[in-house]
This record gives sequence, C-alpha cells and structure tokens, in this order.
Amino acid sequence: MPVMTYLEAIKDGIRHEMRRDPNVFVIGEDVGGYGGAFKVTQGLIDEFGEDRVMDTPLAETGFVGAAIGAAYMGFRPVVEMQFIDFIACAFNQITNMAAKSHYRWGQQCPLVIRGPSGGGVSGGPYHSQSPESYFVHTAGLKVVMPATAADAKGLIIASIRDNNPVIYLEHKFLYRRVKDDVPGGEFVVPLGKARLAREGRHISVITWGAMVHTALDAAGQLEKDGVSLEIIDLRSLVPWDKEMVLASVKKTGKVIVLHEAPHTGGFGGEVSSYITEHAFSWLDGPVRRISALDTPAPYSPPLEQAYLPQAHDIVRVSRELAAF
Amino acid sequence: MLLDSHTARAWYRQMRLIRVFEERAAQEYAKGHIGGFCHLYIGQEAVAVGAFAALQPQDHIITHYREHGHAIARGMDINGVMAELFGKATGVTGGRGGSMHLVDKDLHFWGGHAIVGGHLPIATGIAFGLKQQGGDGVVLCIFGDGASNIGMFHESLNLAAVWKLPVIFLCENNRYGMGTAVARASAVTNIRDKAQAYNIPGTDVDGQDPEAVYETMQNAVSHARAGKGPVLVEAETYRFVGHSMGDPERYRTKEERKEWQDHGDPINRFRRSLEERAIVTAEEFAGMDAEVDQQVEAAARFAHESPFPAGETLHRHIYVESAGGQP
Repeated sequence: MPVMTYLEAIKDGIRHEMRRDPNVFVIGEDVGGYGGAFKVTQGLIDEFGEDRVMDTPLAETGFVGAAIGAAYMGFRPVVEMQFIDFIACAFNQITNMAAKSHYRWGQQCPLVIRGPSGGGVSGGPYHSQSPESYFVHTAGLKVVMPATAADAKGLIIASIRDNNPVIYLEHKFLYRRVKDDVPGGEFVVPLGKARLAREGRHISVITWGAMVHTALDAAGQLEKDGVSLEIIDLRSLVPWDKEMVLASVKKTGKVIVLHEAPHTGGFGGEVSSYITEHAFSWLDGPVRRISALDTPAPYSPPLEQAYLPQAHDIVRVSRELAAF
Repeated sequence: MLLDSHTARAWYRQMRLIRVFEERAAQEYAKGHIGGFCHLYIGQEAVAVGAFAALQPQDHIITHYREHGHAIARGMDINGVMAELFGKATGVTGGRGGSMHLVDKDLHFWGGHAIVGGHLPIATGIAFGLKQQGGDGVVLCIFGDGASNIGMFHESLNLAAVWKLPVIFLCENNRYGMGTAVARASAVTNIRDKAQAYNIPGTDVDGQDPEAVYETMQNAVSHARAGKGPVLVEAETYRFVGHSMGDPERYRTKEERKEWQDHGDPINRFRRSLEERAIVTAEEFAGMDAEVDQQVEAAARFAHESPFPAGETLHRHIYVESAGGQP
C-alpha cells in the first residue's frame, strides 16, 4: 500500500474522481498553475487542463455561487477556499442557496467546499479557525473533518460522490506531518461512520480532525498511570455516528468531548447533550468538554499554545474523571 | 416595430393575466389566505413579457423575489403558483418556498431568490454550465436597482465578463429599493453605467413598453448567444403598489405614483397603442379580459380547495439520499 501524506491523499482522491467523472472540476483562487496556496491541487492542471482546474478572481461569494449554478447544471465542483477562514465571505451562498435548494424544489447540489482549517501554525486570527459549528447548524449541509491520510482520501471521494453540498475541512497542521498507508485507486470512506482510533477501557474521548492526534498523545501518557482512553474519531459531524459513540459510552461510562474550535456553541455541546439524553444511566461522571478558548485565534506562539487544547489538558481532565 | 396580431394578443393577455392574478393575490392576502410576505409586480408587467418574448426554450431564467410576473410570463401553471402562495401541497414547490421561491425546472425557470443579489453568482454558474455543455442557451438574470449595490452584483458581472459567459443581466429599476430611492443608495444612478466597470455593454430601455423591451432584449440575447459575453440592460419601470403588503409608501408622493399610473401603465398604454394601430379589436380585448378573469378565478378556487401539506412531510427533501456521479 502506498505511503502518502495527508495532503497527497487529498489530491489523490480528487485526481481519482476527476479521472472517473468528467463532470468533476476544481475551482478556486490560484488552484491552477500555482497549485493552490498549500499545493493541494498542484499538477492537476497538467492532466486536466484549465477548463477543469479553474482559477478564479478573488471573489468567494461569486465563485461559490458559480459553483452552485454549475452543480445545478449537472457538474460536481470541488471548490477550494485558500484558507477556510475566507469561507465567511461565501456564507450566504452556502447556507442560504446550496443548503436549501433540495428542500425548496428538489434540486440537488453536489458540491464540495474544501480548504485548510485549524491552528497550530501561528496563522493568527484569520488563518487558523475551525468553523465547523457554523455549518452543522444548517440543515442541508454535510460536514467532514478527516484526521488521517487514508481518511483524507476516502472521505474526499465520498464527499465528491455525495449529491449534497459537503463542507470538507482539512487540517493544515496535518498536511505534511501526517503520513500513512493509503489504499491506491478506488477507496471510499462513507460519511457518518466513525473510526475507533484507539480501543480503551476507562474513558471515551469523542473527537475529530487534528485533535485525534492530540488525544492519542495524551492516551500514551495516561497509559502508564493505568488510565485507558478509548478514542473515537467522528470523521464527519453531519451525519455523525451516534451508534458508535453510545456503544463506547455504555462501555466506559465516562466521556470527554474534545475539539479544536472554541468552546461556546461548539459541536461538543451537541455531542455532550446527546449522550446525556440517550445514555444518562450509563454515565459515572459529568460529560466533560475540552476545546479552544472563547477568544479569537492568537498569532503569538505561546498565546496560541494556551488557546488550543493540549495533551496535558486531556491528561488533567482524564485524571479528574477517573476519580469518579 | 411591426407587431403581428397574434403576438400582440399573446403579450396583452400575459400582462393582463399577471395584473389580475396579483390583484387577486392581494385580496386573498387581505383575507388571510396568503401569509408571510407578498411582493407585487403591478406596474412592471411589460418588462417580464417583453423580455421573455426574446428568449427561447433552451434559455434559462433566474430572478429576484418579486417574481410572480416572471413565473407567469415564462408559462408556469397559475394554479400551482396560486396554491404555492396559499402554502398548499399542490403549490409548485409543495408549499415549502412560497411567494418568493417559485420554480419550474422544466421551463428552465430557476425561480425567485429572496436574498437580494444572492442569485447573481448562481446565474454565472448556470451560464458556465451551458457554455461547457456546448449549447447555445443563454441565462437571463433579473434583479432590482437595490441589488446593484451589493457585492455579489459586482463579483458576478466581473466573473461573467472574465469568463465571457452568456448572461443578460436585466435590472428592473423601479426607482426604489424597498423605500430607498436610487439616488440615496447608489453613487451611480444610471445602473447601466455600472457595466463600464466590467468592460461589457450597458443599455437602458423604457420598461413600460413591451415592444421596446423586446427589441432591446433581442439585441442583448443575440450578443450573449453569439459568444460575445454578458450584457447589462436597465429597464426603467415603476411599481404601482407598495414594496410589500404593509407599506404606507412614505418615501414617495401620491402625485408621483399617480403620474406613473395615469401615463405609464404598461397595460393601458399597450392596449391604446394596439387599438390605434388597429392590430387588436375591442371585441378581442373583451374576450381576452373575460378569459383571464375566469382563469384567475379558477386558480383561486384551486388554491382554496387544495389540501395543506401533511406534517410528516416536514423532514423530507432536506438531503438527497442517493450518491451520484459517473459509475
């Protein structure tokens, strides 16, 4: 099985779909000859030409709307946001247009909007955000957040084949740091099926995106204290795998919900609430949430470290929970 | 222009159908049978009828929220339109969209959009799709004067120009964005002049004259169809009623409105002109008027008698369940 970085795996998935389906095309700022700000689309223009790897003006609401119109016409656009923070410029097109076309008149809108999210690279307030909560709140959208290279490929393929608008949030910190075995050719990871990232006995950690790796780091530290974390990587937030989460909670009785987005209104609140509604009698302690702070993402490295959840936060909360 | 009797009657009948349909909608709204927000097109009928006459079946239309007239001019079934206003299961989208979201995919009518300017980017995408698919269809994208100030207008005209897309941007300048006069909202008061910023042709036309609208649109459509890129057309028109149903109209004088109604009513003007030119007879007008009245009465009856959507349908239609793409 080929070894690929997370970034190469995304490209491999897009390339696979472009070869398979002539209606799939890539569109965004400098995705062509430049290859994208992070080089996710580098080389695609050589194989597919500029009609299928389209550079756009700096006009997020314009080209996202154009992609929606193309999707109505039977195309399957894969839109790149140069940084996911810029998706705010296209919020109306995504939440009011793409998300509601099937509800309003049965018009499918097969569209992927992908881009680098997340922090840890001193990107500052406009190049570090994790915006998943804005989109999970809008019926009609799906939201995907891969943590591994294999999932990055399998989930981008599933997202492109999905007939609904999908927000695919890749993590820029993982682009070249995560590298694993990725199946070549056809490889689909269905949306809505979580991954058991680590089997454990005492505490279930429900997480997604880059925090899966932070949780694994904490689990290694806790193992020697005799505290065993079970880590579930949700992979997608809409739809999310309630079944696997409840099964794990019923096994361990203790839960941490962990995410990189800020605390208030974060998707962790939804997961936590669902667990207390559906598995209350299995719980041996409060469902704990670990997240970024309720501040903008700071630039300065020590401030960003303080802002983002760290493995030691997970270790501390796990010890507190273990005492119940 | 030389207008044949058949075409003249069809245009008159359509304008009259739009007018009577909306007068009835206003009555039904007052009685509480139509809810929410209802924006009437009364006074602007010649724009829709003249413009759509210049289109072909392979062409596409996407428009703003004041679109009952557009839906009817494109030939949508008025029973389904009235039922949609009533929120009934037999409405054109089963009561899920309402007045501002009338759609008919078979007619390439992508419908009303209630976020002002939000559909302009989508128009460019539909035009891109048409161009890639290699047909000769064009997109008619309609919006109001107010929308020409929003960023999406500018991003869309620029995209369409850069990509040389077959779009006709048709601005219905009815002089007020809700209650704000054009000069209070736009540094450039001739909307057509905004085309210069995107290096595309911009032209204006008397929007109360369907023949003038038709001729101007014919030129615009030919330009787009020939692959020469987008065009901006500004139709100067006037809304004879409030922005929505509860508008006291303090932003304009009664005299101003009366002047337009007395001298600029597109239906009266067209009728007078056809009579003077002896293209349509008084008997033919009387016959059409009676037919239209009956048709609207039947649509209202259909809407009244139709059932409301069942509660259990609420969760349907949100997601497409099947996967797609090429096998």
